[in-house]
Amino acid sequence: MNQPCDLAKLQLNRRGQLRHFLTTEGLSRELLTEILDTADSFVDMSDQAVKKVPLLRGSTVVNLFFENSTRTRSTFELAAKRLSADVLNLDISTSATSKGETLMDTLRNLQAMHSDMFVVRHPDSGAAHFIAQHVTPRVAVINAGDGRHAHPTQAMLDMQTIRRHKGDFGALKVAIVGDILHSRVARSQIHALNTLGAGEVRVIGPKTLLPKHIEELGARVYYDLGQGLRDVDVVIMLRLQTERMASAFLPSQSEFYKLYGLTRERLAQAKPDAIVMHPGPINRGVEIESEVADGSQSLILKQVGYGVATRMAVMSMAVSGQTTEHLNE
Amino acid sequence: MNIHIRGGRLVDPFNGVDAHQDLFLQAGRVVAIGDHPAGFEVEEVVEAEGCVVAPGFIDLQAHLREPGLTQKGTIETETAAAAASGVTTLCCPPLTQPVIDTPAVVQLILDRAAEAGYCRVLPLGAFTRGLEGEQLSNMVALKEAGCVAFTNARRPLPSNRTLMRCLEYAATHDLLVMVQAQDPGLGAGGCAHDGATADRLGLAGIPETAETVDVARHLLLAEQTGARLHFGQLSSRASLRMIEEARARGLRVSCDLAVHQLIFSDADLSGFDSRFHLLPPLRSQADRDGLRQGLASGSVDAVCSDHQPHEAAAKAAPFAATEPGMSSLETLLPLALALVEQGVLTLDQLVARLTVGPARVLGLAHEGLKEGALADICVFDPVREWSLTAESSRSRGLNSPLLGQPLKGQVRTTLLEGRVVFRQP
Repeated sequence: MNQPCDLAKLQLNRRGQLRHFLTTEGLSRELLTEILDTADSFVDMSDQAVKKVPLLRGSTVVNLFFENSTRTRSTFELAAKRLSADVLNLDISTSATSKGETLMDTLRNLQAMHSDMFVVRHPDSGAAHFIAQHVTPRVAVINAGDGRHAHPTQAMLDMQTIRRHKGDFGALKVAIVGDILHSRVARSQIHALNTLGAGEVRVIGPKTLLPKHIEELGARVYYDLGQGLRDVDVVIMLRLQTERMASAFLPSQSEFYKLYGLTRERLAQAKPDAIVMHPGPINRGVEIESEVADGSQSLILKQVGYGVATRMAVMSMAVSGQTTEHLNE
Repeated sequence: MNIHIRGGRLVDPFNGVDAHQDLFLQAGRVVAIGDHPAGFEVEEVVEAEGCVVAPGFIDLQAHLREPGLTQKGTIETETAAAAASGVTTLCCPPLTQPVIDTPAVVQLILDRAAEAGYCRVLPLGAFTRGLEGEQLSNMVALKEAGCVAFTNARRPLPSNRTLMRCLEYAATHDLLVMVQAQDPGLGAGGCAHDGATADRLGLAGIPETAETVDVARHLLLAEQTGARLHFGQLSSRASLRMIEEARARGLRVSCDLAVHQLIFSDADLSGFDSRFHLLPPLRSQADRDGLRQGLASGSVDAVCSDHQPHEAAAKAAPFAATEPGMSSLETLLPLALALVEQGVLTLDQLVARLTVGPARVLGLAHEGLKEGALADICVFDPVREWSLTAESSRSRGLNSPLLGQPLKGQVRTTLLEGRVVFRQP
């Protein structure tokens, strides 16, 4: 009866510019490309002696982390500082905010500080959307990971890595390997890859770690790593959380590694010039062999570097989108 | 009070009537149908021109939230909502604080309901003490206090041995057991149907088997123990098939569907809209169509509201952190009528699922609208367009996705034992 609300629209201002960044799903190819182009310009800048630009001078960015993540938070913090923003880091333990009232109260308190942007990580899927729907109109919300749903900045830095090293998406076969079920990164990557026109997106893992309807998102399912890697250009490994053993998703790390660990031998199934990526932090000997992680095909450390540039791009675009929206009012 | 209900279309599935007939009520009962009886002095006229005059609806599942959860609703507010929905009899589940496992709580609910005077309330007793799934509740004492059936609500019994004994005890006293089928493990941690929408939104899924596995174990144990079972608010066509098969084997089994399961689907969750966070979850459109087929084929005895009012804060959080349930009494009729408009059921069949169907499930002595019967009556306009607003809602729960939306079909007047308990302003 009801038309489902269009989640993608919440992210855009009336001119179709980004004002929040919550998910890669539903955004246009042009907009994703604009993020990549903007990020590229910041990558070049980070090689210069003066790394700062004044795009967010006078703005306050609040890193609102309901789930611990030193790495992601640090790259957001660095990105904000390179854009000359003031940064406030708030680590809020989830146990204190397991109920909605408290999240709403937290938001109301933070709004009283007149910040311009919330970078949000939260264990519940949809939390960033919820916050974007409830903040005052001028505050931009950047999703730094919500439950299993989305991690759009990670996906975009991965897209940037792929574009810089492989070029045109249309010719590429991309395989994502491991715990797809619990992965917000994989979901955001699948949407971004399909929008950017990737030739083929594959997901590889056991049935216990694959969402049953993942094909409807535009990914081909493989249960066998060797078959799934055949002729691919890009291999994206996902981190395996150790708690998956306790809840009967997998028998053991060793059996997982035996079947789905990326070894030199297995990588040989892919194209000779295939690149290897991982959102980090890596578990050596669980999802990936050390020799592959540190090998010539691995771009894992490059990804970390691009992370700052991508986050600078998204933050500056969202603030600009909010400003434009505000001027139009 | 002598009341004349004038000009309506009388639809009474208890007595197989569908005809333009006037009704004459006196001292809480129907005294005449059709012609004005000699010597009957009309004191009040209820205009029913263009309206359907039906027996008052019987709702097998509506949470009243009292005692203990009055931030969500009270017996007074929620029975007022029932009256505004044409419901004259409802069953309230034992998920209160304290739960309905002592005659004192039953008495409290009955007293409050009588004080409010809007609707006949039939409490459902706790199947196990404290709903904890370990000890039998005092079922016979609860029945004597007024409980019409027993349920463990959505707290599945962890032990099949305990469940078997509970069913044996219920069978001994021929007590009706209502089951909200939910396997404790398969749905654990889930908040949405395990389908494409949940996969896309990253919401933990509840598979269909969370329901069907539990339906299966109950049917097997009912066959063994001879207990009388009613499955409430099913979400899966496969469950209906198992129930059809069990009936064919001679088991005494009935079932109902919540009206919103027949209208919405998991596609409605795509905006993370917590008002669609329900238990059982809204399943796929194919599942919904399967439920509609089951309803049309006659394997479903009743349609209920599964009314679950909530305070605003219970729904103001990221989807998985919100409380499940929809405030759904006041939209029961327009949603149900949509099924008629879409050709799933005839109007007569629909009214039957809202009246005689649930009456038979509960074994009530209701006789419909024949002479001498209690005058529980709902007069509704099947085509009138309106919308439910925060201001007009009688229920304290505003957690309905239909709030402010155009609705078609409106209750005009509700009478409980010949007394007008609701009249559309």
